[in-house]
Order: sequence, then C-alpha cells, then structure tokens
Amino acid sequence: MSQSIQEQVIAILAEQAVLDVSDVSLDATLAALGLDSLGLVETIFAIEERFDISVPFNANDPAQSGFDLSSVASIIAAVQALIAAKA
Amino acid sequence: MRRVVITGAGTVNPLAQDVEGSFAALSEGRCAIAPLDLPDVERLAIKIGAQVQGWQAEAHFTRSEIALYDRFTQFALVAARQAVAQSGLVFAGDLAARSGVVLGTAGGGLTTQDDSYRTVYAEGKNRVHPFVVPRLMHNSAAAQISIAHDLQGPGFSVATACASSNHAMGLAFQMVRSGMAPVMLTGGAEAMLCFGGLKAWEGLRVMSPDGCRPFSANRNGMVMGEGAAVYVFEDHDHARARGAPVLAEVIGFAMGSDASDIVMPLPEGAARVMRAALADAGLPPDAVGYINAHGTGTAANDRSEVAAIRQVFGDHADRLLVSSTKSMHGHLIGAAGGVELLACLLALQGTVAPTISHQIADPECALDVVANVARRAEIEVVMSNAFAFGGMNAVLLLRRP
Repeated sequence: MSQSIQEQVIAILAEQAVLDVSDVSLDATLAALGLDSLGLVETIFAIEERFDISVPFNANDPAQSGFDLSSVASIIAAVQALIAAKA
Repeated sequence: MRRVVITGAGTVNPLAQDVEGSFAALSEGRCAIAPLDLPDVERLAIKIGAQVQGWQAEAHFTRSEIALYDRFTQFALVAARQAVAQSGLVFAGDLAARSGVVLGTAGGGLTTQDDSYRTVYAEGKNRVHPFVVPRLMHNSAAAQISIAHDLQGPGFSVATACASSNHAMGLAFQMVRSGMAPVMLTGGAEAMLCFGGLKAWEGLRVMSPDGCRPFSANRNGMVMGEGAAVYVFEDHDHARARGAPVLAEVIGFAMGSDASDIVMPLPEGAARVMRAALADAGLPPDAVGYINAHGTGTAANDRSEVAAIRQVFGDHADRLLVSSTKSMHGHLIGAAGGVELLACLLALQGTVAPTISHQIADPECALDVVANVARRAEIEVVMSNAFAFGGMNAVLLLRRP
C-alpha cells in the first residue's frame, strides 16, 4: 500500500531531523524539529527527488520563495499543490 | 623584514581582458552579468553569470599549448604575461632561480573534468583526451606560469574556495617580505562556468536568478563569474634599484578560521582577521580609507561582513568607503580577491569603484557602500576582504606608493 503525500513528507522530515515519524507533528516548525539551514536545503532536495517536482526556494530569502515553510502542515500543503500543478 | 611592492598587474575578467579596460569598466560601474551562453543552459535553474566574452584562445596560444591548458590556465597565463610585461622584469640567472609563483584557484580545471565526465558517462565513450590530468590539476596554472617565465623558485597553488586569491597573495607577500624570494607572481584564476560547476552551486540554493545586489535590502544571492588576475610582488629595494614602476605597497596580511560552520559566516571570525591584518601592518583602524568588501550579495555574507566591519572600525566605519565590485564582475570564487585587488589599485589612484545594482538601503548594511556611482577620493590605505566557505578568511592591506 503506497504512502500518502503527507506520510512521505513527514518521513523525509523525520529522517533529516533524526526523529521518529511519531515525533513530527503537523503544527511543528522546522526550528522545533531542529533543522538548520543546511538540513532545510537537504530536505527540499529529498522532496524534489521523491515527488519529481521543483520547489521554488532561495536560501537567501526563504520567506519570498513562494513555498510556505512555516510548519510541517504548510510544507505538506505546498508539496500537494506542486504535485497537483504538475498533473 | 623587507618591504614589498606591486610592480605589475594583469587580468582577464568579465569586464575586460586587460587592466586598463578593467579600470575603465570599474570606474563607469559597468555590469558584466548577463544571460549565460553555454551548452545545456536550458537545463539550469540559474541562467545568468559573468562570462569572459569573446575569449579567443587561438589569439594567445599555439594549438599544442591549447591542448594542455584548461580555460582557467589560459586566463592565468595571459594575465601573467601582462603583469610581467608591465613590471619590465626579465627572469634569468639568480632572479629566475629564486623567483616563484603562487596562485589561488578553487575549482582548478573544472571545465576539463566536466568535459571528461560527459565523455565517459553521458556519451558512453571509453577513452578521454590524453591531457585531462595535466589540464585539470589545481597547480596547472601556476606550473604553466613557472614554465612560461622560467620561475624556478617556490611554486604552488592555494585552494581555499572564495578566499584562494587572498591567501595566495598573502603567502607571496610573506615570502618576499621574509627574503625567501625576490619576486613572486601571484593572484588567482577560475573558470567554473560550466554545466556541472553551475549545477553544483545551484544545489546549495544561494545563487540569484536575476542579479548580484550586494548590501541592497532586496539582494537574493550570488552570481558566478570567471577570469584571472596576476600581480608581480617584488622586493621594494630590488624594484627601486631598477627604477621599476610601483603600483602599490603591500603592507599587511592576516588569515584565520571561523572554526564554526562550513557555510554560515561568523562576524567575529572575520573581525579577528581584519584586526590581525591591521596589526601586521602596524596601523590603527582609522588609517583605512576604503574596503573592497567580500560582498557576495547573499543575505548571510553581507549582514555578517557589515557587522564585522562595525566591530573592527567602530565610529570610523561611518567615514570609510566600502564597495563590492562583485556587483559588476560577479563572484570569481578562487580568483575573486585577485580581480578585486584591481579595484584596490584603482582606489589608491583616487577612484573608488561603486557597488552597482544597489536599489534599497538595508538597515543591516548601513555603511557608505558607494552606491551605483564611482567616487573620487584621496585614499591612502585599502583593505581587501575575502571570506570563504569553510570559514577561512584572508585580508590584505595595500598603501599608495
């Protein structure tokens, strides 16, 4: 049975943050997960590779990238939107 | 200890293929950043850069020489030829035996590597050009300069990413100052603007898709350049004895490490090295009139660098002129400090090159960044900053001759 997008994004975040998937809550911020700037860049790379999408992200100005990184839930929603846009 | 002077300069960079043309472009605030023209550019997310336009290797080298020279070596050799010609030096006898070359580069023959990998991986061939190794070696530019000018003394290359040139020039300064060599050719060369080189940088997500705007509130990353600059660092007494033209005196150098993070800069690390360079020159901070900033146009570097300048210079930071010429020629990575030393020489002649593409003041970068238009100023002492990934920092000080 294939995982949902939500489950896959959480699994990627958990792996990067070296946490159990049960410790990655939807309302958590990346800082709360302990992800630094390099961890974020690796996370976005992993998401792009998993879903075959291009995430608009510039480390110089994450807020202006058009990809909402404010919480786990917002990242899942943004990934879902990018996958929908590709279809 | 001996005094060290610069008696020759040469360059190939995106603004011009000589020093005079580079001075003119820096004075005019010309921008060499443009859409990239290279194979597979449509597969890149970042499609701009500062390329050396209209480069004709055949105009400078024979066919057999070109077979041995990566693009970065070609740039370095032409720059060295110009510098030696300006100095008037002819290397022979004891001078040739003791003089040397130390060059900075971060990627070495990266274009050669990229082409070679494309041959075996993408094209599925089982044979590459026989000179891949002598072309791609990091020391090939320094070695070819030693061969071209019969420099039999110290010869090596320095790779400290974006600080490579300043480390190289600092070491050359120390070698001439100590009496180890009467003359050292030094500077840096880089040619990373190839598909594989750009792909690697893209991955880090620090490149701007639309321009290099150092110290501007709307800056959004760095833009890659390519090229070389080479200088003749000469024992002051040796230069005076032969009545050589003197472009500047090299008066101080320091290097040090943040020992903190592989990519994020630490203001205290940069400040420590600027202070150490001033101590090496025996100068107080207020002796400095112009700083050629590292000024990459990334959010992190510019904020950190300005904080470091404030820490070192205090109130004098408000009287200093600070500019980043990367806004014009892009970030030449291992050749950055070399090409940026041209702006330092120009400042000592009374013209401070601007930070172009400065659009919106940033309260976190509240210094006189010579926005958009060059400034006439009497500058006695200049500082050149280079702060590399790896937290490795190198700072030089020059004085008007």
